[in-house]
Amino acid sequence: MTQRPTRRLTRRFQRRPGVLATAGMPGVLWLPAGLALVFLTLPLVALLVRAPWRTLPGELASPVIRDALWLSLLCATLATAACLLLGVPLAWALARTSFRGLRVVRALVTVPLVLPPVVGGLALLLALGRRGVLGRYLDAWFGLTLPFSTAAVVLAEAFVAMPFLVIAVEGALRGMDRGVEEAAATLGASRWTVFRRVTLPLVAPGIAAGGVLCWARAMGEFGATIMFAGSSPGRTQTVPLQVYLVLEQDPGGAIVLSLVLLVVAVTVLVGLRGRWVGGLAP
Amino acid sequence: MTAAPITAAPGDGSPVTLEVALRVRRGGFEVAAELTVGAGEVLALVGPNGAGKTTLLRALAGLEPLAAGRVSLAGTVLDDVAAGVRVPVERRPVGYVFQDYRLFPHLSALDNVAFGPRARGAGRAAARAVAAEWLDRVGLAGYAGRRPAALSGGQAQRVALARALAGQPALLLLDEPLAALDAGTRSALRGQLRRLVGSYDGCCLVVTHDPLDALVLAGQIAVLDSGRIVQTGTPAEVARRPRTDHVARLVGLNLYRGSGAGRVVRLAGGGAFTVGEPVAGPAFVAFPPTAVAIYRSRPDGSPRNCWPATVVELEPHGGTVRVLLAGPPEVLADVTAAALADLGLVPGQPVWAVVKAVEISVYPE
Repeated sequence: MTQRPTRRLTRRFQRRPGVLATAGMPGVLWLPAGLALVFLTLPLVALLVRAPWRTLPGELASPVIRDALWLSLLCATLATAACLLLGVPLAWALARTSFRGLRVVRALVTVPLVLPPVVGGLALLLALGRRGVLGRYLDAWFGLTLPFSTAAVVLAEAFVAMPFLVIAVEGALRGMDRGVEEAAATLGASRWTVFRRVTLPLVAPGIAAGGVLCWARAMGEFGATIMFAGSSPGRTQTVPLQVYLVLEQDPGGAIVLSLVLLVVAVTVLVGLRGRWVGGLAP
Repeated sequence: MTAAPITAAPGDGSPVTLEVALRVRRGGFEVAAELTVGAGEVLALVGPNGAGKTTLLRALAGLEPLAAGRVSLAGTVLDDVAAGVRVPVERRPVGYVFQDYRLFPHLSALDNVAFGPRARGAGRAAARAVAAEWLDRVGLAGYAGRRPAALSGGQAQRVALARALAGQPALLLLDEPLAALDAGTRSALRGQLRRLVGSYDGCCLVVTHDPLDALVLAGQIAVLDSGRIVQTGTPAEVARRPRTDHVARLVGLNLYRGSGAGRVVRLAGGGAFTVGEPVAGPAFVAFPPTAVAIYRSRPDGSPRNCWPATVVELEPHGGTVRVLLAGPPEVLADVTAAALADLGLVPGQPVWAVVKAVEISVYPE
């Protein structure tokens, strides 16, 4: 009974968000909050202010930038495809099975999320490099050398980006109503059919959100890429690498490339809307 | 809806009989049951919430592992713990209508129904043709393209039923098929379900906690309580001789079929009841045994529903006695032991039975 007036009051305030927003906020928080906002937006504003808007179309059309952009799109897309192919089954295993050490596996999956990408790149080199743990056999048996190739870019990006996909898809799988999977089984569907015709379509929004996040992360990948794939123009020099490398001689070009990445980021953010937080929460 | 019989799985001559003797453990709870259901028979599993009814259905569908026992259907062993046999869910000829229907939200009504035939190997076009036939059969031909979210509760229930039957199961499991519906829809669908289940020639188990559903749909009743079957028999037998007070409450219902005109329903078996609400056409009339009063002589005043009857038998359960009176109409009445003594009721004695019109429920068929 006592709760009712409070709830009604809250509801009235919620209808006018401005009232609620200012009502409970201590004045002392305003200053740091404002500073934080300025701190987060000012650099982006600077990027826009200093952009060579007049020469922008020409810069974008230059072969160097075009190649880097194409390489970035190609590698990020291939990395995302690889993440989808391997990450969705992994997410399924994490969400639907229970075995000893499941927690450890989940922790391992999330390590690349918090690991500095440079360390990830070094680790990839030690594993898949010409003298690496696995790489030496790839070299000896198949003549396959991965480092400093376009394939290495894809691997570096996939390594860093896959956890985003796995966590998003695992969350979607856990949130799904499993009753319909049982219903499908009673209708004669094998496990594979259930997965293909029921589970997959029902978690498709989660997979899409995870895939987009994964792709965006791959587009922006720098540290692991430069360690494992190096920076050779047209082969491994993606947009983020080029931003860093051309800054000395061609600051305008670096800004143009940065704008491209900014547009990608904003597009992804708008495309995902509220999904990000919901999809990532385990 | 067509009247053609519903065929359960292409027959190979062996009688489609379900034979069950099992134990299922779920947490600290155990269900132990033995039952047999013949071809074309409908067995109602009644019992309170938590009695283990759904667990039993899930075990038959293969969704719960047995702790012990054996299940065979039409001569095929589905489960035999001792022999290490367990046919996986997807290979059992079972149709399951879940209490919450569990329709596939991303598929149209047609594709929901076509799912079973498709999963069992039919081509897309053939499966859809079968599905369309089934939707027509449950009266939803116009709703083929609708997603479950755009269906009413009653429509979703019928899609679920069509989906379960489209695979021509030898065993049909219905878990509280009418529980999620509002009263009006419920009463309309009860009649449809009765006709559909009546023309089904496989074995059918229907879980319900509503005695009316059990009496209308089933030829046999098994009362489940705390994981044990406490009584089985035809609805009339169980209602007449409830073994426990609990069963008496669960299954105690006087149910008649008749035809309504105004406030009077003429019964198929002779006699008539005056009811509270006007009703037209075929209808069920139901009231609990506690609503019936017994007098030694014709009561004063003018109770509408008052007829001469004869005491046939007396069955004590708990603090009350269930009395079967021959009519017409035949009726069950619950009286207290004290009233029984006052009335001095013995078999063969002529009495008057009285039911108030307001105590009578009417369900258009």
